[in-house]
Amino acid sequence: MRTVAAILRKDLVLELRTLETVPAMVLFSLTTFVIFHFALNRATVAGQLAAGILTGTLLFAAMLAVNRLFVAEREQGGFDAFLLAPVDRSALLVAKALALFVFLAVLEVIALPAFALLLLGPSLGRPLGGLVILLALADVALAVVGTLVSAIAVHTRARDLIGPIIALPLLIPALIATARGAGPLLAAHGATLPAGRWLLILALYDLVFALLAYAVFDFLLED
Amino acid sequence: MGPPPHIHGRGLRGLAVATTAVVAAALALVFFYAPLDSDQGFVQKIFYIHVPLAITALCGFVLGGLLAIAHLRGGHSRWDLRSYVAIHMSLIFAVGALITGSIWAKASWGHWWVWSDPTLTSFLIVVLLYATYQPLRFSIEDPERQARYASVFAVVAGAFVPMNFIVVRLAQGVVHPRVLTLTGGHLPGSMRLTFTVSLIGIALLYATLCKLELSAKRSRIQLRRLRRQLLGEDAVGYARRSAAPS
Repeated sequence: MRTVAAILRKDLVLELRTLETVPAMVLFSLTTFVIFHFALNRATVAGQLAAGILTGTLLFAAMLAVNRLFVAEREQGGFDAFLLAPVDRSALLVAKALALFVFLAVLEVIALPAFALLLLGPSLGRPLGGLVILLALADVALAVVGTLVSAIAVHTRARDLIGPIIALPLLIPALIATARGAGPLLAAHGATLPAGRWLLILALYDLVFALLAYAVFDFLLED
Repeated sequence: MGPPPHIHGRGLRGLAVATTAVVAAALALVFFYAPLDSDQGFVQKIFYIHVPLAITALCGFVLGGLLAIAHLRGGHSRWDLRSYVAIHMSLIFAVGALITGSIWAKASWGHWWVWSDPTLTSFLIVVLLYATYQPLRFSIEDPERQARYASVFAVVAGAFVPMNFIVVRLAQGVVHPRVLTLTGGHLPGSMRLTFTVSLIGIALLYATLCKLELSAKRSRIQLRRLRRQLLGEDAVGYARRSAAPS
């Protein structure tokens, strides 16, 4: 636990001092909303269309963080230092997934109001609680799969390319559940809570991939 | 001295003969024995190729994951080679299944691609995922790391295959003709016999092609080793970087 806390603190301090990843994700998301406005030629969107734009944008913004997640470890010898330390290796997985989760949460705190302001037709206030639950579960999926894929991709030659092309198909089930769950929430006079089955699918997806990542992560560090 | 030379591809001839016989029998049954489908007519016969291809490919993907587990636990590169061949061949079969499925969709639903069908859609997602297996291998230079990372990918993707099918099925209505349920559905006996023989034929074809590729790869690896022993380390350059285990 202390190892996890130490690595997580290191990552968050690093991000606070360099402001490299999260501002880029925020800018990317805002620009993507503008692009959707012009590409769809719509002033406001609602329902499934809004849910698709929101989840798709967040998914692609997450890819930016996935590409950066282990770069400092690789370029500045963090992997070697970590392997030399007498600590449980899964701590790195947990800490990095938590860091990615925090990045995504911060991104959504900014991007969600911006989305409501720029594109969303119906009010965001009523379904906000349900949306937060749904996005929290989706963020766990993005964090776990993103960390696993990032650990694979960081040692490849074309890591910026390999990361997204592996992560995106793996995340399609999570995207389906998030987008379909958010659709009724963002509709005019829509639901306030997402349908139980989408939450259940997301929770199940999170659980399966968390266990899988935990099982295989050690093999990505051996050297 | 290296390990003693092996005869690669032992048993390949017998397997190839059996495959040819079963595939020929399956084709004969498809065209001369199985009855014409009452709604779809002749084009329905592509079902006897399409479904076995898809089933074999999916089983091959999961098999690749299981072989990769053996590689990660034991650490011997021969399991990585087997896992590689299983996934490589499954990918080829899966593309075949997508093409035949598309032809069938055009003939029976009037469109080359139908998003509302969960089986076809989840199959496409699986193919997109496995299409990254070779680029991943190719972009890792160290052979040992390449094998280890590819195995991690194969395990994760192998577990992803069944989960993906469940999620996509939950997300959409069912359009796909569900002729093969656990209870046997309502497939007439003659169709079921033809289908079973086709499935065995395609599975045997998969096994034969895997064995052929395995023995070719092993022979090439052994040839390089022998040449290096005979001519010296420097005379034989290292293998060109490739996606295949070398």
